[in-house]
Amino acid sequence: MDIAGYLALIVWAVFVNNLVLAQFLGICPFMGVSKKVESAVGMSAAVLFVTTMAAIITFLLYQGLLVPAKLQYLQTIVFILVIASLVQFVEMVIKKVSPTLFAALGIFLPLITTNCAVLGTAILAIKKDFDFMQTLVFGVASALGFGLVLILFAAIRERLAVNVETPRSMRGVPIGLVAAGILSLAFLGFSGMVKL
Amino acid sequence: MADTTLSQVFSRGFLKENPLFVLLLGMCPALAVTSTVMNGLGMGAAVVFVLTCSNLSVSLLRKVIPSAVRIPAFIVVIASFVTVVDMVMEGFAPELHESLGVFIPLIVVNCVILARAEAFASKNPVLGAVIDGLGMGLGFTFALVVVSAFRELLGSGSLLGINLLGQGFAQSPVLVMILPPGAFLALGLIIAGLNKLRRA
Repeated sequence: MDIAGYLALIVWAVFVNNLVLAQFLGICPFMGVSKKVESAVGMSAAVLFVTTMAAIITFLLYQGLLVPAKLQYLQTIVFILVIASLVQFVEMVIKKVSPTLFAALGIFLPLITTNCAVLGTAILAIKKDFDFMQTLVFGVASALGFGLVLILFAAIRERLAVNVETPRSMRGVPIGLVAAGILSLAFLGFSGMVKL
Repeated sequence: MADTTLSQVFSRGFLKENPLFVLLLGMCPALAVTSTVMNGLGMGAAVVFVLTCSNLSVSLLRKVIPSAVRIPAFIVVIASFVTVVDMVMEGFAPELHESLGVFIPLIVVNCVILARAEAFASKNPVLGAVIDGLGMGLGFTFALVVVSAFRELLGSGSLLGINLLGQGFAQSPVLVMILPPGAFLALGLIIAGLNKLRRA
């Protein structure tokens, strides 16, 4: 694959086929951690790291171990174990380096294990028969797409909380979902921009 | 389980503690696969199976698993049953398997299942755990069917592929409802509607 191919892959993963808005992966943290821009940034960084590492490690394990041993059907179990250990590791690092961020992310940090964005990216990369470099680029770009939308959305929700008189039944998640729908409509404009 | 009967355990998954509408768990599959009622039902069936089996196994193993490593242990149990579903569906319903795509393996990370294993099955005897799994699974299926019926009816004018709103509507439906934005809008509006009903 040449440079243009990688660029197309990046644009495709960040905008056209955005993890959250087009593939519906990672909705839980998207709704849960998007009330403040600051925690959205922290979450995005954690997801970026975990997703990229997970995509690389699962790729190596899959091609190096499962395929030669004809054990492809174990992929779900192996992948989730890799991700769970990675998350544990990231959790320890963040706790040590930035206790404030650790407190802000709260329950959502261990929950990255059950963040479908991470497992989803790993499985999609295998499904699409990406090679090593493509998997790496795809992992980074997908996580960047997640981060972009998460931060954008956190900014929208900060405004929503202050400036808008919301009907009582709509408060919280419902108005969040509707706002996400409108954001998703905007991202629909990117569809067809890159064919992969 | 001293304060709740088995029938209460079974029925609370439908409305009072509906995993999707009230507890807001499992939103990813609920948004992704609900473009047609058929997909919603298929996903629901897979979740019922995995949830019931994992609740059964976790409850059987609850005295064996050390509490420090319980979450990884639960995940391995869940992942095994998901692999079973994945293979069975690929063999017997290849079309459904194709349209649910990556969301079959992703049942592993569906928070509903881990949440029930942790909150209920690991603390209760087998019978209650199985009934809880069935009830919560069927409640989740019910929610998926509600969302997908809403979307399919508006987005293609049909239910389960049967045209209900006439040819004119089918030719120019509210296409956005079966596209990604429609998923967010539909779920948001349905949850808001339920909030309104609950308060009234």
